[in-house]
Amino acid sequence: MDKKVALVLENGVVFEGFSFGYEAPVAGEIVFNTAMVGYPESLTDPSYAGQILTVTYPLVGNYGVPDDKIVNGLSEFYESEKIQVAGLIISEYSCQYSHWNAAKSLGDWLKEHKVPGIYGIDTRELTKLIREKGSLKGKIVFNSPDEIDFFDPSKENLVEKVSCKEILRYGNGSKTVVLVDCGVKHNIIRCLLQYDVEIIRVPWDYDFNTLEYDGLFISNGPGDPEHCVATVRNIQKAMETGKPICGICMGNQLLAKAGGASTYKLKYGHRSHNQPVKVKQTAGLFENDGSKEAHGRGEQCFITSQNHGYAVDVKTLGEEWDELFVNMNDGTNEGICHKTKPFFSAQFHPEAASGPTDTKFLFDKFIKLI
Amino acid sequence: MQHPSSSILHSQLSIKKVLLLGSGALKIGEAGEFDYSGSQALKALKEEGITTVLINPNIATVQTSEGVADKIYFLPVTPFFVEKVIEKERPDGILLSFGGQTALNCGVDLYRSGVFEKYDVKVLGTPVQSIIDTEDRELFVRKLDEIDVKTIKSIAVESIEAAHCAAGSLGFPVIVRAAYALGGLGSGFCNNSDELQALAEKAFNYSNQLLIEKSLKGWKEIEYEVVRDQYDNCITVCNMENFDPLGIHTGESIVVAPSQTLTNQEYHKLRELAIRIIRHIGIVGECNVQYAFDTVSEDYRVIEVNARLSRSSALASKATGYPLAFVAAKLGLGYGLNELKNSVTKSTTAFFEPALDYIVCKIPRWDLGKFHGVSHEIGSSMKSVGEVMAIGRSFEEVIQKGLRMISQGMHGFVANKELDVDDIDRALSEPTDKRIFIISQALANGYTIERIHELTKIDLWFLQKLQNIYLCAGEIEKYQSIESLPENLLREAKQKGFSDYQIAKLLFGDTDKASDEKLNLRKRRKSLNILPVVKQIDTLAAEYPAQTNYLYLTYNGTANDVHYLGDKRSIIVLGSGAYRIGSSVEFDWCSVNALNTIRERGWRGVMINYNPETVSTDYDMCDRLYFDELTHERVMDIVELENPHGLILSTGGQIPNNLALSLDKAGVPILGTTAASIDNAEDRHKFSSMLDRLRIDQPRWKELSSLEDIDLFVEEVGFPVLVRPSYVLSGAAMNVCSNAAELEQFLKLATNVSQKHPVVVSEFIENAKEIEIDAVANKGDIVTYAISEHIEFAGVHSGDATIQFPPQKLYVETVRRIKRITRAIAESLQITGPFNIQFLAKDNDIKVIECNLRASRSFPFVSKVLKFNFIEIATRVMLGEEVEKPSKSEFDLDYVGIKASQFSFSRLQKADPVLGVDMASTGEVGCIGDDYYEAVLKSMLSVGMRIPKKNILISSGTVHSKLDLLDASRLLHEKGYTIYATSGSHKFLSENNIPSILAYQPSEDLKPNALELIRDKQVDLVVNIPKNLTPGELTNGYRIRRAAIDFNVPLFTNSRLASAFIHAFCIMDLKNVPIKSWDEYK
Repeated sequence: MDKKVALVLENGVVFEGFSFGYEAPVAGEIVFNTAMVGYPESLTDPSYAGQILTVTYPLVGNYGVPDDKIVNGLSEFYESEKIQVAGLIISEYSCQYSHWNAAKSLGDWLKEHKVPGIYGIDTRELTKLIREKGSLKGKIVFNSPDEIDFFDPSKENLVEKVSCKEILRYGNGSKTVVLVDCGVKHNIIRCLLQYDVEIIRVPWDYDFNTLEYDGLFISNGPGDPEHCVATVRNIQKAMETGKPICGICMGNQLLAKAGGASTYKLKYGHRSHNQPVKVKQTAGLFENDGSKEAHGRGEQCFITSQNHGYAVDVKTLGEEWDELFVNMNDGTNEGICHKTKPFFSAQFHPEAASGPTDTKFLFDKFIKLI
Repeated sequence: MQHPSSSILHSQLSIKKVLLLGSGALKIGEAGEFDYSGSQALKALKEEGITTVLINPNIATVQTSEGVADKIYFLPVTPFFVEKVIEKERPDGILLSFGGQTALNCGVDLYRSGVFEKYDVKVLGTPVQSIIDTEDRELFVRKLDEIDVKTIKSIAVESIEAAHCAAGSLGFPVIVRAAYALGGLGSGFCNNSDELQALAEKAFNYSNQLLIEKSLKGWKEIEYEVVRDQYDNCITVCNMENFDPLGIHTGESIVVAPSQTLTNQEYHKLRELAIRIIRHIGIVGECNVQYAFDTVSEDYRVIEVNARLSRSSALASKATGYPLAFVAAKLGLGYGLNELKNSVTKSTTAFFEPALDYIVCKIPRWDLGKFHGVSHEIGSSMKSVGEVMAIGRSFEEVIQKGLRMISQGMHGFVANKELDVDDIDRALSEPTDKRIFIISQALANGYTIERIHELTKIDLWFLQKLQNIYLCAGEIEKYQSIESLPENLLREAKQKGFSDYQIAKLLFGDTDKASDEKLNLRKRRKSLNILPVVKQIDTLAAEYPAQTNYLYLTYNGTANDVHYLGDKRSIIVLGSGAYRIGSSVEFDWCSVNALNTIRERGWRGVMINYNPETVSTDYDMCDRLYFDELTHERVMDIVELENPHGLILSTGGQIPNNLALSLDKAGVPILGTTAASIDNAEDRHKFSSMLDRLRIDQPRWKELSSLEDIDLFVEEVGFPVLVRPSYVLSGAAMNVCSNAAELEQFLKLATNVSQKHPVVVSEFIENAKEIEIDAVANKGDIVTYAISEHIEFAGVHSGDATIQFPPQKLYVETVRRIKRITRAIAESLQITGPFNIQFLAKDNDIKVIECNLRASRSFPFVSKVLKFNFIEIATRVMLGEEVEKPSKSEFDLDYVGIKASQFSFSRLQKADPVLGVDMASTGEVGCIGDDYYEAVLKSMLSVGMRIPKKNILISSGTVHSKLDLLDASRLLHEKGYTIYATSGSHKFLSENNIPSILAYQPSEDLKPNALELIRDKQVDLVVNIPKNLTPGELTNGYRIRRAAIDFNVPLFTNSRLASAFIHAFCIMDLKNVPIKSWDEYK
């Protein structure tokens, strides 16, 4: 029998389950993701830093986890060098697994990275609770509820924690892309490397305006964008040059901020593989681009992978900017673009990993601009 | 569903009237799922104010009910009749993808012959060219090559020589597929050239193109359901993974959704390919993409694309709550996905991909035991007749639920009756319908899961989970009493899907004790608060609030999603469970109509059913749908939550009916006839003594437990006798024995006669008419009734017989007596609700064979022919309303209805296609005509018979059947047909001055030989009447019948039905058959 463990929420609700990961208490913000596959990718996504992740799909661990290999500075199967979530909450754990590419079980991997995991939780009930109350602080405790204090990760500059500490370079293509690492998922780098580019990955607060480059890429990252004042300032400076800029997730929020807009925290965020977005603006960036058949009526819609707790407030967007994508379920902003300059960004994850690959063509667009 | 803003022009707004093609009778490979898809499509059209016309001869379906379509034609879905309807109705558009392969093939034919163009009918949704591109393998491969999508290397051939050649270049094993054939008909694996020769010969009868492919046996099989609108927006609604690896038809496989063993990379690779394919092919609506997926790399092949709604799409709709058929119909009208709403949340868009927070498991149901001689092996061609879907939050939970739902006497994965397996290795590597239980047995015999994996190629993940169940059972077995069973273990067992009975069986090791103790276990469980919780299916894994009424129960959770009011306004209707031979769509119609009535009368309608092919499991049809088991345990769980006003178990067929006594004992308020009365009708002894008391005659019968007693009884009643064993060793359960030798053989081979396993022997009356009454009574007083008459004489199961309503050839006195008997029985049993009695009539001598205090198979048929809804009135009666007796009587009708049976023998290799006392048909149609022969003709053409063009082969059996066929043979001759007849028939015809050519028996090495005539297609109708009531396997008759089936030549094995059909097509010219919709029969 696995060790009993409790999940204590800030509102006093307690869920009881069993431990299958590292046995040490942890506190953080509880968030849920409704994806049905992709736990190795999610767990290593730096955007989850400080968060305890609940997976709504009940069966987890089925295909184990692949071996963690770093080749040329990139993880072969993961989205970063380590597990980023503070803890994992699931319903049903497959302690045995089956896949040709698996090297170990999910539980062993969690233990290796000193991350606790609980199974046996009514994750649907927990999700409903988060949905109704909004994001909740919570903690995983093993013996007594006082083992650890509640902790609000949004008060911290998590970007600083997950960003690289020094400049890293990838590829040797003819164009140079500066990638601002706010907690970049490795698949963004992999996607960009499919083109004829060299990538200069810089820390989040590095003043890249001192570098020679053809295009600027702002990555995803965890937490509240308010903490990234330095990055916003650097982007504003870069915008003056008129060189192409593209942002993903946190990148969308920072680009918007650089353009004068503000951001706000969503009640419980978007974390899933099935977020529908549609193209809002059709005059500029998406005109006759051939990525989808041109048609007079119907809007272009995409299923996207998302992981964010903050959103851009479109009402605060400057006159020079357009809303590029919008969420079809709740109408929140999913991307912006500049009316005249080659700046655009997406709140969702075109690089997928994990999730649907429908919007990978955004990388094409960026590359074509530079 | 939200409508687009008025500024957006509806591109197909000109569409005012749409014709929808149904799929006809239920058959293996094409079943209830198309009633569901068609009903949804019609609902979607109706919402748009479009006039709908439906062609479907399947009268038992929900889609052919009043108000679903504006006009309904009970006509064959064939190019001839569809063109006639188009000519008459002049629709603007037609939908081809909601009626299975039948509708699709018919549509392609009509498109090719230019009918759509001629009448300016627009094909809505996927263009016909796209359909052709997916159906013709060569075009398909070429099409996918264009977008670098890998297909299975296959060679299309049009001759047997070419097939050998292709196999030579690919290397054995190969798989042979027939193009344009439904559900893998004519398909199979061949390990060598002999096998190829045999299969190819047969397959060419279904198609003039065969595909020879390299076999990828052992790869994973994965499916995606993909949707695309005309603006090129695409989603994949669901993916599914087969438990059984490639090599077993997906219709024969256990299937889970979503996939369980794919990584993110694999899942999205296949998803991306599916979208690439649907775009390139140009589907508008829905399609299904099937993949073979390597188990040791990310290599894949596309197996096929179904450019229509399919069994898988019905399953996907039920698995996710995403109404695929409804959405596909809207897309066919020109909507974009973004213009439609998610019909579960009603606030979010239909352009999304459902996120499941549960797992579903589909398990096929086979009825192979009903057929003589059929192979139990499962493979690339479909044999199952139905399916179930279990929902839960662990694989262990869903597989065990599902195995109970199949309701073939199994209690889950473990704690079942032991199977008799000689060679487990072989049974694992050559799968049969019992495969999953063989795995259980293998585990019990010490097989490792690795060894089982080697033999079955089933992914280890599934086997690990099965082993968990097995190990948990082992833990339980260590205890011998309920009290000693630890709480944690009990909870774990329930989370792993064990039923109370299963746990009791493991504790006590004895079935009787388990039955006694299961309720004590329930009590203990409740005292420990080990209870299932109710969860909603909301398409978004709780991300958004949804007022969904689509529910399931699970032990893997701690809180209910539903808040119960306890207002006693709920009425629970128990559904029909898995479709099977003897119980299918007709009970779904009954259940749906019961629900409709309940809701109309102001109650909350609650459905319990687990069959994904049904309309009753559409969450739109009721106020609450529990997609869950129909066992005492589960029904009680739900009753305790719902606290209903009452429960109806008489509209779902035999499965709910069987729960009557135990639910009554538990204090459940059963509406309608009491459980005690139900038992009095079901219990042979009680019913018989009641009939004696009422002085109602019945065939003499006795329950006997020794051979001597049987002989004595037979001496008294004489041969033939009907023998019903209580314990069956092999073969069908019932049999008619014509002489002592047959009786002895049957009793020796098929059954075990003993004190513990007695047999029931009944007098079998030959050449008697069989008559049925369907009726509704209120407190013993008959409210309404319908008497119908079988065309065949008694001896053909009532589910296989051809039924005429109103009866055409009954004496007035017979009718009077039947009414009198019915009244007496209804009074005596105090019937309140639906019931059915079957009678034998010889002259005016009436005997009662059977009485069921529930709706019968023929309720939809008589309701629709009479245009009076028997279920509605029955439900109102059961709700306690006083109803007025309708003034309408069947004897006022100016038209005739014929209900005919559909057989699926072509799917059941080696089965003797002969009709007997055990039911063999998989579906039915009901057609209406101005006179008897017109209705016969339409109904026979609807079940796949064809009017012969030239020659007919007759073997007319006994003297009696020879006489039955005499007039018909004369007519055939007069109409210029050539008759080939086997020796006895030839002689008989000659004696009666009807010319015929002698056809030699298969065993004779002389020409013309009956088998050759069939094989060479020299005859296009075979009438072969078995002489003997016992089916034999290797007789000449069997070989002729089987050849007719294998070579797709229409076959009749009943002389009276054959005679009726022959008369019909000789008297009537097809061209003159009136094309009238249901409402035109007044």
